Amino acid sequence: MTRKTRRLWLVIACVACLGTAAALILRAFSSDIVFFVTPSQVEASPPPTDRTVKLGGMVVAGSVKREKHGETPVATFAVTDGQAAVTVHYEGILPDLFREGQSVVAIGTVQPPHEFMASEVLAKHDETYMPKEVAEALKKSGKWDPRFGPPPSAASWNNMTVQDASKTLSAPAAPN
Amino acid sequence: MLSPELGHYALALACVLAAVQGIIPLIGASRRDARLMALAPGLAIGQMIALGTSFLSLIYAAVTDDFSVQNIAENSAVSKPLLYKITGVWGNHEGSILLWALILGLCGAAVAAFGRNLPSALRARVIAVLGLVATGFELFCLTTSDPFARIWPAPMDGQGMNPLLQDPGLAFHPPILYTGYVGFAVPFAFAIAALIEGRVDAAWGRWVRPWAVAAWCFLTCGIAMGSWWSYYVLGWGGYWFWDPVENASLIPWLTGTALIHSAIVVEKREALKIWTVLLAIATFSFSLSGTFLVRSGILNSVHAFANDPARGVFILGLLGVVIGGSLALFAYRAPALTAGGLFAPISREGALVLNNILLCSLCAVVLTGTMYPPFMSLLFDRTISVGKPFFDATTIPLALPLFIFMGFGPMLPWKRAQLWPVLQKLWIAAIVAALACAVAVFELSGVLAILCAAAAIWVIAASITDMAGRMRLFRVPFATSIQRARMLPRAIVGTAIAHAGVGITVLGLAAMSQAQHKIVEVPIGTTEQLAGYTWTLKAVEQEPGPNYTAMVATLEVRHNGHLVTVMHPSKRSFNSQNQTTTNVAIHTNMLADLYGVLGDKHGPDTNPTYVLRLHYNPLAPWMWLGALIMAFGGALSLSDRRMRVGAPQRAKPSSATASVS
Repeated sequence: MTRKTRRLWLVIACVACLGTAAALILRAFSSDIVFFVTPSQVEASPPPTDRTVKLGGMVVAGSVKREKHGETPVATFAVTDGQAAVTVHYEGILPDLFREGQSVVAIGTVQPPHEFMASEVLAKHDETYMPKEVAEALKKSGKWDPRFGPPPSAASWNNMTVQDASKTLSAPAAPN
Repeated sequence: MLSPELGHYALALACVLAAVQGIIPLIGASRRDARLMALAPGLAIGQMIALGTSFLSLIYAAVTDDFSVQNIAENSAVSKPLLYKITGVWGNHEGSILLWALILGLCGAAVAAFGRNLPSALRARVIAVLGLVATGFELFCLTTSDPFARIWPAPMDGQGMNPLLQDPGLAFHPPILYTGYVGFAVPFAFAIAALIEGRVDAAWGRWVRPWAVAAWCFLTCGIAMGSWWSYYVLGWGGYWFWDPVENASLIPWLTGTALIHSAIVVEKREALKIWTVLLAIATFSFSLSGTFLVRSGILNSVHAFANDPARGVFILGLLGVVIGGSLALFAYRAPALTAGGLFAPISREGALVLNNILLCSLCAVVLTGTMYPPFMSLLFDRTISVGKPFFDATTIPLALPLFIFMGFGPMLPWKRAQLWPVLQKLWIAAIVAALACAVAVFELSGVLAILCAAAAIWVIAASITDMAGRMRLFRVPFATSIQRARMLPRAIVGTAIAHAGVGITVLGLAAMSQAQHKIVEVPIGTTEQLAGYTWTLKAVEQEPGPNYTAMVATLEVRHNGHLVTVMHPSKRSFNSQNQTTTNVAIHTNMLADLYGVLGDKHGPDTNPTYVLRLHYNPLAPWMWLGALIMAFGGALSLSDRRMRVGAPQRAKPSSATASVS
C-alpha cells in the first residue's frame, strides 16, 4: 500500500466520522431542541402541540391545586411572567423547592387553547438562585429592571397575580 | 498557630514560589544552566508545602468554628457534624479553588519527586509550566476569591450548609474529580515542554502516559461518583442529566481517553506525535474551561451553587492566556516536530487512530450540544435548551462503531495486520453478541437500546476472548494458563479489564433505558404493582433528627409472596433553612435497583394520603461498577513495570544537545 492510499484512508475515516457527527447534530437540532417560552409568548403564538418546550415564570400564589385521577396525583398551577398566565398540568411529585410565588421551569407541550401539559417540573435550586431563563423573562416583561438592583426576593412575589403584574408594569419593582 | 493569617500568608508565599518556579527553570533550561534547572524540584516541593499549610489552616478554622472568617461563617455552623465541617471547606467557591491549587501543587511535587529519570531540561520545563499555571490560579485565589477574608463583627453562628450537600458521596466527589481535572495538567506541561524543546519521541510518550492514565482513572471515578450522587440524593430516578456541569466533566474525559490511546502510538511507533501534543493541550484546556466556565455561571445550570459573574473576567483572562498561549505555541512550534510515518489502516495503530477519530467526533458532538444554547442566547437572544433526546440521537450512533472496533482493536498486531485471522479468533464473541442481540430484541424496546446492549456484550466477550487467547486457556493445562496470565504484562490485562468495564457500563445504560416507574397518591395500607413486585405502604411516621424532622415511610416489597425488603424512604424538613430534602430508599440485588421516594402528604390528618414514586431500575449498579472497573484497569496498567513513572530511558543519552532550542 502506497503512502498516498494510506493517507487517503485516514482522510476518508476523518471525513466520514466528522460528517456523520455533523449530520447527526443537524438532524437532532431540527427535532430535539427545546425552546424556552414565556407565558405571554404562549398566549401570543402557541407552539405546535407536538413540540416540547420549556415554560418558565413564577407560580401564581394561590393557584396550586392538587387532585387525584384514580391513584395518580395531578398538580395544576398557573405560571406567569407578569403579563400572561398559563395553566400547567403535571402528573407526579412536585420538586422539594417548588413554592407558590417562586420561579419554576416546566417542560412539556402546549395544548390548545393555552393549557400546558408538563412532563417535568424543575424548581430553582436554592433561595438566591433564579433560573436564567426566568430572570430574562421577568426583565422582558418589565417586572424587574437590573438597573434598579437585584431581583425582588421570592417573598415579595408571593402576592403576585396577573392583575398585580399589569399594575406594576409602569413602575420597576422596588429592590428589596 | 494555624491562624487564617498564616494560611493567607502561606498562600501568598506559594504564589511567589510558583512564579519563581515558572521562570527560573525555564531560563535555566534554555541556557542549559544545571544550577538553575536544579532549583525546580525544590521550588515545586516548597510550593506544595506552602499550599498544604494554607489548606490545613482553612480546615483548622472550619473545625474550630472560627466564624470571623467569612467563608466559614457563610458555609458552616456549630451544629454541623465534624466530617462536613472538614469537607465543607471545598464545598464552596473559595475553598474549591484552594483545593484546585493544592492538587496542582501536589502534581508539581509529584513530578519533582518521581521524575528523577527524566532528562534535566525536560523535567525543569515541565515543572516550570506547572508553576506558571499554578501562579495564575493562586493569583485568582488571592485577588478575587480569598478564602481567608475576615468579617467584623464575627457572627455567633454560621449560616450553615445546603442540606443537599451534607452527604458523604458529595463530600469526596470534588477532590477525586478535581484530581482528575488537574492531573491532566501534567500531560499538558509535558506537551508544552516538548513544544519548547521541539522534540517528541517514544520516550516522551512513555513518560506522559502514566500521568495521563492516573488522571484518567481519577476523572472516571469522579464522574461516576457525581452521577451516583445525583441518582441517590436528588431522587429523580435518573443518573445523568446532560447538564452543562456534567458535560464539562465528560468532554475532557473523552479527549483524555483519546490521549491515553494515542500516547501508546507515540510510544510504540513514534507516530501521531503532533496529534498527541494537541490532545494533551485540548484535554487540559477542556478541564480548565469546563470547571471555570461553570463556576463563573456563564453556562446556565441546575448545579449553580456558586455563581458569581464578577470573577468571570479574571477567569476568561486566565483561560485566554493558558489556552490561547498554548495553542499559539503549538502553531509556532508544531512544524518543528518531525512528523511520524503513516501506517496501514488495518493494524493496531490504525485501530487506535480510529478510536481517536471517533472519540473526538463524540467530543465535538457533546461540545456542540453544550455550547449551542449559550451561543444562541448570546448572539440571537433566543433561549433554548438541549437535553437527553438530542444527546441520545447524536452520541449513540457514534459510540456504537467505537464499541465494535473496541472488540478487535487490541487483538490486531502492530504495523501490518490481516483482519480475517482476528475475526476468526473472535467468532465465539460474535456469536455471543448475536445471541445477546436476539435476546435484547425480546427484552428491550427501542432500536438504540438493543444495539447498545449487543455492543456491550460484544465488548465484554471480545475482552474475555483476548485474555483467554493470551492465556491459551483450554489449549494448555489450566495451571499453565494461570501461570501465563501471571506472566502477561499488566498493561495488557489492564486494557482488557478497562474495556470490559466499558461494556459493563454500557450494558447498565442500555438496561436503564427500560426503567419503569409509577407515581401514586395513596392512603396507608395500599398495595401497588410494579415490574412484578408488590409494594405495600405499611406506615408513615414522624421522627425527629438533630436539626430536622423527618417523615419516614415503611414500604414493604414482595416478589411472588416472598418478602424482598422493607424500605424507608423519608422526607426531611430542616428547621433553620426552611428547606426539605428527599431521602431515597434503594434496595439493590446488583441486577436491579428498587427505588422508592416519598412525596408530599395530602388530605386531613385523620385519613391522609401520601404521594409515592416507585422505580424499578434494571442493572442500575452496573453503570457505576463498570466505571470502577475501568479505573481499576487503568490502575492495573499503571502498575506495569514499563509504565512506572520515570522508569524509561531515552534511546540517546545526549538528549539535551539534540534539542532544538
